[in-house]
Amino acid sequence: MHRTIIKAGSPWWRIDFREIWEYRDLLRMLVLRDLTAIYKQTVLGPLWFIIQPLVTTLVFTVIFGQVARVSTDGVPQIVFYMCGTVLWNYFSGCLTQSGTSLVTGKAVLSKVYFPRLVIPLSTVFTHLAHFSLNFVMFVGFYAYYLWFTSAPLAPQWALLAFPLLILQCAVLGLGLGLWVAGLTTKYQDLRFGLTFLTQVWMYATPIVWPASLVVRPGMKALLWLNPMSFVVECARWMFTGTGTVTAGAAALSIGTTVILCASGLFLFNRVQRTFVDTL
Amino acid sequence: MSESAISVRNLSKCYKLGTIGRHTLADECQYLWHKLRRRDPRAHMGKIGPARGASAPDGAGLFWALKEATFEVAPGEAIGIIGRNGAGKSTLLKLLTRITEPTSGEAVINGRVASLLEVGTGFHPELTGRENIYMNGTILGMKKGEIDRKFDEIVAFSELEQFIDTPVKRYSSGMYVRLAFAVAAHLEPEILLIDEVLAVGDAEFQKKCLGKMGEVARAGRTVLFVSHNMPAVQNLCGRAVVIDHGRVALDDVPEKAIAHYIEACGAGRGAEFRRAPETVPAGAAAWVESARIENGSGETAGGIPMGEGFAVKLRVRARQPVESLTVGIALADAMGTRLCGINSRDVAGATWSLCAGKSLEVACRVPRMNLLPGVYALNVGLQRAVSRENLDYFAGALSFEVLPKDVFGTGKIPRGPGNIYLESDWAATGAEPAAGWGTEG
Repeated sequence: MHRTIIKAGSPWWRIDFREIWEYRDLLRMLVLRDLTAIYKQTVLGPLWFIIQPLVTTLVFTVIFGQVARVSTDGVPQIVFYMCGTVLWNYFSGCLTQSGTSLVTGKAVLSKVYFPRLVIPLSTVFTHLAHFSLNFVMFVGFYAYYLWFTSAPLAPQWALLAFPLLILQCAVLGLGLGLWVAGLTTKYQDLRFGLTFLTQVWMYATPIVWPASLVVRPGMKALLWLNPMSFVVECARWMFTGTGTVTAGAAALSIGTTVILCASGLFLFNRVQRTFVDTL
Repeated sequence: MSESAISVRNLSKCYKLGTIGRHTLADECQYLWHKLRRRDPRAHMGKIGPARGASAPDGAGLFWALKEATFEVAPGEAIGIIGRNGAGKSTLLKLLTRITEPTSGEAVINGRVASLLEVGTGFHPELTGRENIYMNGTILGMKKGEIDRKFDEIVAFSELEQFIDTPVKRYSSGMYVRLAFAVAAHLEPEILLIDEVLAVGDAEFQKKCLGKMGEVARAGRTVLFVSHNMPAVQNLCGRAVVIDHGRVALDDVPEKAIAHYIEACGAGRGAEFRRAPETVPAGAAAWVESARIENGSGETAGGIPMGEGFAVKLRVRARQPVESLTVGIALADAMGTRLCGINSRDVAGATWSLCAGKSLEVACRVPRMNLLPGVYALNVGLQRAVSRENLDYFAGALSFEVLPKDVFGTGKIPRGPGNIYLESDWAATGAEPAAGWGTEG
């Protein structure tokens, strides 16, 4: 017999993953809802998700590539900027949407119970769909430069591990999103700071500039402490063969990601029990 | 001896009054600082919006929405939870449905639970009826396969076959509710927790809802029904629990529980009331501070003879400036069913404006009333005339008894059915008066 025990103070570290698995159909419906709801009543539909990073890439190419002449380590500028932009968009999409998901889903959350983690989790999958579109576009440009130009592009065998980088993006975006979601239930001002924060963070990540620009050891440590630096730089290296990633950077980045995600999960788990009261 | 379906033991829920969720970061840091230095004696007090900040004295600013509630529900039993507005019914339901966590105590539920606090949770206007059935169904805890199997039945129940692939934003509100209810009606839980707000919509729809709930209860499933609707509780439930001020006041057969409820919120309060501060809606711009019923001779009276007039005098206080305030009263029978409502704007074209902190005395005079003998409750309410936003509504603020009287001078006291009587003339044409029946002479 199914038994539910309702009492105060279930420990913050006990996360009921089995229950989340039970609700996998809901997770899938939430993803489908978000995807279909976005495209309904738009003429271009999913194309919008290609136009946005394409335009961003072009803007970067003109401003940072042509006008400011920031180095791209010899990689074709379009490939260089688009690789970073596409990955960054996935990460920031996960972060902002899962971060605001409790506030936006309040109407539902205050009327029915289901494992609350399903809501931020669904945003990771929704954005994975958007990412796939972006990625296909990137592969198109990449293939063109690889086969039809003499650009110095050397795809690495490590490219086979590229899905792991996407996973890291998702885990990191979700983990930080859970922090934001947990804290916004009490401090609504965080919501306004979030857009600003991701913007600043983007420029602090080697997206419009190569990591090779950073030479001072202290600054280097700071660079790799930002988990997204490794993700972007490593992805570029996988596709082009140029980049400055090291095993130490990888370990630091993955370690930070795991810590941020685990702590986000625990914080969220603690907050979700009563957040309806304060939201 | 079978296990209880629902077992509630000392379940309590405490809220911090006033500024829930409006702490500043500075407050929070101060709290943490005190906690770290173990100077805050209340560090472990309350799990929900605990009284933080060093200024609040112990226990102040805390509100126990539910306090040590204890009761059991046997499998297959239908139980009603009744109580006044703000008595703690909804809090109890929120705890049992796990929307929020209790402050202390425990509840154990044995069986697959479905809870319905509203219909159509998670409906998205852009999605079609079909998509929303799946969306809403999975939110309510159904599996996709389960919905696949019941899909045709749900659509048939909603009578929306033609529109099932139309986005629900194009639905009329009636269609919307029908679709939403169709999904809810096809949940197959062992235990159903249900809120009366479900019974919205027109009378026919309400009947359908209640009919479906009766069906569920008769099918041997456990139902916990939170309601104001006394006849529905009486019809559906074998037992009722009265919640008053967050505590279980009585747990008995529905007749006794309802009688207790009526006494607690009606006759007990009587012809005069002063508002208890905790029943004033938080943040209300204006509220009814006190009210009383006067009989024809201007005395405060709890009994009004049939056919006579009465007056309701209300004192309204404003916290913020209020423009064009409408004052309304509504009559309800002993079961809480509303009989009629009148307000100053619609009846007399009268609205008032109030400065912050000021009060206003409003008198509403009813010259003659046509109610049958019995106990009636009087609800009072305030509304903004323009936006029709409710500022305050207090059900069962006053109660009075209509005393039997030979109003027609026939030597008989008019009786029901119903609550009202009408003055009427009777005449017949074409019939011969029967012997000994007609008028004298």
